Amino acid sequence: MAKIKTHVLCCGGTGCKASAGDEIIANFKSILKEKGLQDEVQVIKTGCFGFCEKGPIVKMMPDNTFYTQVTPSDVQKIVEEHIIKGRKVTDLLYLDPENQQHVADSKHMGFYKKQLRIALRNCGFINPEDINEFISRGGYEGLGKALSEMTPQDVIAEVTASGLRGRGGAGFPTGVKWGLCAKNEADQKYVVCNADEGDPGAFMDRSIMEGDPHSIIEAMAICGYAIGATKGLVYIRAEYPLAIERLQIAIRQAREYGLLGTDILGSGFDFDIELRYGAGAFVCGEETALIHSMEGQRGEPTFKPPFPAVSGYLNKPTNVNNVETFANIPIIITKGADWFASIGSEKSKGTKVFALAGQINNVGLIEVPMGTTLRDIIYEIGGGIKNNRQFKAVQTGGPSGGCLTSKHLDTPIDYESLMAAGSMMGSGGLVVMDETSCMVAIAKFYLEFTCEESCGKCSPCRIGNKRMLEILDKITKGNGTMQDLQELRNLADVIKDTALCGLGQTSPNPVLSTLDNFWDEYVEHVVDKKCRAGVCKSLMSYEIDPAKCIGCGACKRVCPQDAISGEKKMAHHIDNLKCIKCGACYEKCKFGAISIK
Amino acid sequence: MAKVKSLAELKAMKEKLQSNIDLREKCDNPESVVQIKVAMATCGIASGAKQVMEHMMEKAEELKISAVFTQTGCMGYCHAEPTIEVKLPGKDPIVFGNVDNKKADEILEKYVLNNELLDGIIPVNYEIIG
Repeated sequence: MAKIKTHVLCCGGTGCKASAGDEIIANFKSILKEKGLQDEVQVIKTGCFGFCEKGPIVKMMPDNTFYTQVTPSDVQKIVEEHIIKGRKVTDLLYLDPENQQHVADSKHMGFYKKQLRIALRNCGFINPEDINEFISRGGYEGLGKALSEMTPQDVIAEVTASGLRGRGGAGFPTGVKWGLCAKNEADQKYVVCNADEGDPGAFMDRSIMEGDPHSIIEAMAICGYAIGATKGLVYIRAEYPLAIERLQIAIRQAREYGLLGTDILGSGFDFDIELRYGAGAFVCGEETALIHSMEGQRGEPTFKPPFPAVSGYLNKPTNVNNVETFANIPIIITKGADWFASIGSEKSKGTKVFALAGQINNVGLIEVPMGTTLRDIIYEIGGGIKNNRQFKAVQTGGPSGGCLTSKHLDTPIDYESLMAAGSMMGSGGLVVMDETSCMVAIAKFYLEFTCEESCGKCSPCRIGNKRMLEILDKITKGNGTMQDLQELRNLADVIKDTALCGLGQTSPNPVLSTLDNFWDEYVEHVVDKKCRAGVCKSLMSYEIDPAKCIGCGACKRVCPQDAISGEKKMAHHIDNLKCIKCGACYEKCKFGAISIK
Repeated sequence: MAKVKSLAELKAMKEKLQSNIDLREKCDNPESVVQIKVAMATCGIASGAKQVMEHMMEKAEELKISAVFTQTGCMGYCHAEPTIEVKLPGKDPIVFGNVDNKKADEILEKYVLNNELLDGIIPVNYEIIG
């Protein structure tokens, strides 16, 4: 039998799948068969590689060649050149934007150099739909070790000693949470995995579930053993069909192998997992709301205490952890708490996964040790700002977080320092903004999101955020007063202190942090009636510079409002009463004659 | 599918399954293992490089040598095909020419395992840019 010489790893994450990822895999298989190479080359569909900006990704092993933006028609070339002749297909290699050289090996790409992958250790490496690949990477050994060599108390002590904190955003120590649930006696307890990832632009949890679903199953079983629960529930958004499918496959395989079910690994411990689907409400990421939603009630938070550890799902003690938190558990058990605690900063141990989005060159999924600076993430890994523009702000923590500025670039990322800077860790969305973003409009965007997603149970969140949104709307339309800015801050402070749940209490953060860091911009909107980014339409106008205009008429032709007049070869003019500020003329002008005022 | 009944069984299963992803594991850290490149251009293949590579992979497994095999394009030593390049961890690569099955065994047994130099080494006659 011929020996397998090459592994072709094709990304099967949602992003790459959307760009014909499945067709690429099918083409590989059929072309390899045609060439009689099907026994020498193995094609593997993996989870997300993280470099979504340049997807679909195809990685060739053993030489670590990293092909980007592969199309189904490129496959023929890869097979003929790379696999048969051993020559790299240069046009498909990643082009280093710094020196315009092709980088063949993923190890030398700036994007990967500073990353450390713990939670994403198997993403982009194994086939998530094959339990054997997971086992061959040491999968389920953490569960085996916990069940055969450790008492539940040992497991909790190990997790506590590791310093792991909740990756959903608030950063509560995971071991302590388990301990609270463990000490409550009950005939039935529950382990819940919170997979209701709702921050705009965040896809960390989805990628873990798509790329390494077994690690979540293993971790939930370990947690069940530690706290004395035999039932696990994954609360997942119905809008994550691929993650759901992979989890279902993984659960089925784990049951077949007896890694879920009764008497797991001969230890006498029983555990099984079911999925519960959410309808995609942001508030259901809050643990009490999540539990109510699973019970079939309205997804609304309730006051804590009682904490879920005392009275959660069906009034039984329940432990809720986020997907990424769980993904760290198996490796903490196998490698030990000391190993984990040696990574990261003093109070925040381990790594954090971030979804990089916005005006940044390398949009994608990254994992870095805690304590890495924002500068390293944005410039080293993220490859800097798109189109050589200036960095303005980075939004962390989603609708509960805030906007940080260039003065925060050297802030090491951990729970405390982000909080001190007026933002928060959040679940891991990082949205990078350049000078074309208006910070008042950004605050308004997040508040619109909160208003839409507010469950409406408590008045500070339901009414207070609505009033704040109205004020912001007034400011962006040029009708704001200095009194309004004061009012915004007062409202924000009240909501922070009085809202019922964590989401309500943090909802004013985007407004507060922009007020703190971009006060000038607010004042400009209010006093000078100007939006420097040119985003707030009521505060800007387009003007034609008669000295630069050659009268070609291009702007006149694209204007949908007939707001531009002028004779041929003569300077044109925009009628601002008719102009709707669509910007079509601005984009069309080849002579730079149109400017934003 | 039979159920896994203990941690020991799980570990045994891992051992058995590991060879499936071995290729990927080793390549994650190629500097730590023996890297063997087989020139597999037209001239190499015509001289039997493919068959030598397969033989060598089997032999390496038999001798429990942790090695990564890569096929490359033409190395330029067409007079001495099949040619292979062997790089031991922390050492400069060495190129062997006219490698047949017997020579391949010798390279693995003598050079890789015992660090003895053999006949048939092709001196490096060019530099590679960056």
